[in-house]
Amino acid sequence: MRVLLVDDEEELVTTLAERLSLRGIDVDWTTDGEGALRLARRNLYDVAVLDVKIPRISGLKLKSELAKICPAMKFIFVTGHGSEDDFRAGTAEAGAGYYLVKPVGIDVLIQKMHEVLRGKEEE
Amino acid sequence: MSQDWHALGEAGLRFFGKMTASISHEIKNALSIINESAGLLEDLTVLAEKGMALDPMRIKSHAGKIMKQIKRADGIVKGMNRFAHSVDEREKSVDLYDMAEFIVVLSSRHASMKGIGLATLRPDRPVTVRMNPFLLEHALWVCLDFAMDRAGKGQNLRLEIDEDEKRAMVRFKGLRAFERPEEAPLSGEGERALMNVLEADIEVSEERGEMVLSLPSVHSRPRNR
Repeated sequence: MRVLLVDDEEELVTTLAERLSLRGIDVDWTTDGEGALRLARRNLYDVAVLDVKIPRISGLKLKSELAKICPAMKFIFVTGHGSEDDFRAGTAEAGAGYYLVKPVGIDVLIQKMHEVLRGKEEE
Repeated sequence: MSQDWHALGEAGLRFFGKMTASISHEIKNALSIINESAGLLEDLTVLAEKGMALDPMRIKSHAGKIMKQIKRADGIVKGMNRFAHSVDEREKSVDLYDMAEFIVVLSSRHASMKGIGLATLRPDRPVTVRMNPFLLEHALWVCLDFAMDRAGKGQNLRLEIDEDEKRAMVRFKGLRAFERPEEAPLSGEGERALMNVLEADIEVSEERGEMVLSLPSVHSRPRNR
């Protein structure tokens, strides 16, 4: 499984990447939308884990841009916000199970990655 | 006047909500980093139990990350506490630079999301105003929010404080030309009521790329209204 992590908190994204790597998952990370688009043009990712709010572009907008580059890529959103509006927007785009509120447990995140990938295989 | 206070109350609550939502988001981010760093330390311990050599520098680095985030969260909570207590007094003497800097810190996430850099220049001499601290915070936010929208992505905004005999001023520098001439910072009834109650004026100069919030200084007498 190859995963792209996008979050503007560098310490968060690097530590999460390290933990996923320890579990045998191939991970690239970036702190902004431009970086995510650059990486997606160079590599094929199975899953992207996106913060809903990143500088200069929303996670939802970034999702649609990434999907244009890599239509098979699946998405999981994470957010620090727990507002109803955010939740509605996030779940509408990602599906209720693929919208996680920070802090996210690593086992829950990995389980969700496998779930979205199973969905991908079934398509 | 009661209509002013009604509109002011609604706008003030919206401002309070917006700020506390942003603050809670910042705390969540700090907690998330602590969560991942502590989790990584646990991962490394589990691997060590299985025979993998532990690198003390790696442990030290992640323990340092946790300490850094605890310090960050503590700073955020102190800011939140100061913000919450700003409604305690109806009127007090306020150092305008200190208050502008505080609002810049509170707005740092909004600015970061918009890709805007913020800086506050300390004046040569302290500039003091005497007014309701919460309303002043709100007025500074209204101006800063407008200025951030008009600065554009990737730009820098500079706040400068100065005063003349009667008025204390906060200059928001770095605005670009308006796309539509009717664009103005005080679009809402609540914002207009806010400026009215504070006896504040806003002047926008496209030529100089700045907006000036002027307030009665402690040296001035109350204006005839």
